[in-house]
Amino acid sequence: MRAMPEQQVVASSPDAAVIARLLQGDETTFIMLVDQHQPAMLRLAQMYVSSRAVAEEAVQEAWIGILKGLPSFEARSSLRTWMYKIVTNVAKTRGVREGRSLPFSSLSRDDDADPIDPSWFQGPDDPFPGGWRTFPDDWRGIPEDRLLGRETLDHISRALDAMPAMQAEVVRLRDVLGWSSDEVCNALDLTETNQRVLLHRGRSRIRRDLDTYLSEGRDR
Amino acid sequence: MSAEALTCHEVIELLSDYIEGVLTADDHRRVDEHLALCDGCATYLEQMRETIRLSGMVSEDHVPEPEKSALLDAFRDWRR
Repeated sequence: MRAMPEQQVVASSPDAAVIARLLQGDETTFIMLVDQHQPAMLRLAQMYVSSRAVAEEAVQEAWIGILKGLPSFEARSSLRTWMYKIVTNVAKTRGVREGRSLPFSSLSRDDDADPIDPSWFQGPDDPFPGGWRTFPDDWRGIPEDRLLGRETLDHISRALDAMPAMQAEVVRLRDVLGWSSDEVCNALDLTETNQRVLLHRGRSRIRRDLDTYLSEGRDR
Repeated sequence: MSAEALTCHEVIELLSDYIEGVLTADDHRRVDEHLALCDGCATYLEQMRETIRLSGMVSEDHVPEPEKSALLDAFRDWRR
């Protein structure tokens, strides 16, 4: 390998390595990328189109767009952000063709009840308005194998499945997959404020569901 | 400094942003002051951190083989 002058190394190095291997036709790298991103891409596409089948077609088309665009990828964003933007664009175009409106309905849904219940707090006539009625449970006494058990993680997955789509996707990308807020805003085409609100609601919802589950059968 | 103390309910609504480090310096300080005195909110904060840690343990769905091989075909076509 030849050394390149520093200013030409534009992509961050893990991205640059992945791109180089793809351009060489490395199938293992491609499959790794598919494993990492396909599930999220499908969920993302599904926000804009009418069915799972159309979402699958859109993601397939997006992958082809990604591969075609790869040689000219300019690394102004991370590779995965750029990939998700392509998915969003393809899916939006399909959605428009289907006569479907944009997914902002998914930002707030009727069934999206406030995950922070006002009745946990004292009312205006109580001694400490806005203060706890009963303190939340301390989870620190819970054994690690229960916390990390299959059942706990299933509760998180179910909470995510029950949330409005965009809210769930923000939590998945941030907390399940560990993306930065900038990447998420870019990939999902959200403002920083929207991203924060959705993350707050989503995390609060998961915490509430976990608390319900974890406090079952505990001495209180 | 308009420092009326925050209620527990107000603090709880700010904790995700507090963890993110995106509160204004003034709000961040007010939350800190509240947490130092309120066991209930400190416990809730601990639960939120634990929620985030546990979410990181959730695994993504896996991709069905037919879907993968269709994409691999597209990758091979692209190489030609």
